[in-house]
Amino acid sequence: MEDMPENMYYTESHEWVKLDDGIATIGITDHAQGQLGDVVYVELPELGDGFVAGDPCAVVESVKAASDIYCPIGGEVVEVNEQLATAPETINDDAYGEGWLFRLKPEDASEVDGLMSPENYIAVNSSD
Amino acid sequence: MTMQTPLYQAHIDAGARMVDFGGWQLPINYGSQIDEHNAVRTDAGMFDVSHMTVVEIQGPDARKYLAKLLANDVAKLQQAGKAMYSCMLNAEGGIIDDLITYYLNEEHFRVVVNAATHDKDMAWLEQQTSGYDVCVNERRDLVMLAVQGPQARQKVAAVLSAEKSEQVLALKIFQAAQIANMFIARTGYTGEDGFEIMLPPDAAPSFWEQLYDQGVQPCGLGARDTLRLEAGMNLYGQDMDETTSPLESGLGWTVAIKDDRDFIGRSALLVQRQAGLQKKLVGLVLEAKGVLRPQQKLLDADGKQVGVTTSGSFSPSLQKAIAMARIDITIEGNCLVDIRGRQLPVRIVKLPFVRNGKVGDGILS
Repeated sequence: MEDMPENMYYTESHEWVKLDDGIATIGITDHAQGQLGDVVYVELPELGDGFVAGDPCAVVESVKAASDIYCPIGGEVVEVNEQLATAPETINDDAYGEGWLFRLKPEDASEVDGLMSPENYIAVNSSD
Repeated sequence: MTMQTPLYQAHIDAGARMVDFGGWQLPINYGSQIDEHNAVRTDAGMFDVSHMTVVEIQGPDARKYLAKLLANDVAKLQQAGKAMYSCMLNAEGGIIDDLITYYLNEEHFRVVVNAATHDKDMAWLEQQTSGYDVCVNERRDLVMLAVQGPQARQKVAAVLSAEKSEQVLALKIFQAAQIANMFIARTGYTGEDGFEIMLPPDAAPSFWEQLYDQGVQPCGLGARDTLRLEAGMNLYGQDMDETTSPLESGLGWTVAIKDDRDFIGRSALLVQRQAGLQKKLVGLVLEAKGVLRPQQKLLDADGKQVGVTTSGSFSPSLQKAIAMARIDITIEGNCLVDIRGRQLPVRIVKLPFVRNGKVGDGILS
């Protein structure tokens, strides 16, 4: 967990958010993909779907288990990672990069202030 | 408190992710569980199954006792080392557990039951000794290692002396032998050839190490589950339990009911058979994207529930979602599965999905 990107915000339910030019990219943490194991299927939202923070918005399924993904901040989906349909294992290989799930236009980008820093996320999850 | 097997440190050294399973700390996977699965289908993998319960059944009435206890007929075991798969049933014909019985000699049989059912199994085994001159003793001094895959037998033989390896390679399917300090059985839970080996704890870590050096892949519970599912082998507590009979669980072949041997559950099974079976256990292949999981509802074209999945996962060999399911006996062909409110098509197939590295007929349509 030491190598968590500093420019992202994290949730207790193991999602990350990164803000670039007013667009939020959302994924799951490397710690989460490790816990899940081999990812074999991802159910992504539709373009235009609207969520408020905490809504279930996607499902990541590994061989072991199905895991609900909760939207870290509210907004409207503007892009989904199409690559995951054919290569879901990208999440295992590159959770913070190529393995992103979807992008949204935030309703209120300041919602990220309620999320965790890498240090806080590590502190919460260090017992696992 | 969770228990550790004598191979605990070997698992940690091999990078295992450990989980609590039936009170035991066991590896769920070491790296990719799909890689572990594929190693067993194409080469060789090894599993620490020391959590399983080994019980010695000893005494002059050992055979008579097992004839009463088991739904399969212990009379089939006449040759030293021969193994038999069976269920033990309650009076209602429900499955208390499934187990393997080894014949050692006329006053000594060895059974291996599940870890998750340890307490109730031991109580049941003990309770049924009443009226029989027989002793039931659990062995807590054995490590059990499953080495499975098309190359498993050769790789085990390679770490043994010439004399021992000759004995080991001569074992027939479902046959075991005590070879020096190891009890080696040609059995398993993956659908591949291989051995299940019981050995003393102090010998286990070096044996593990030698197999590792032969290129035998350490495999966790994750791969064990997808392998047994592809092989169409039931998991106790998921695909069968005390509310289901072997006849409704795809295990009619393990019930020896033709002669008049009076085993526990026999009369209930006869009643069930006369009344006509209502349910059957089948295989399912998902004909859409997604993953099948246990306890998903199965529906007919009118939306009426016709069954439920009992086990489900992603099949690394088929690259599709597969499941075992208990459905109404009349249902054939196709039905629908409800996954998070969406209804997706599934095809009913004959088990197993995969055996000995080969996909079964009709599985991929």
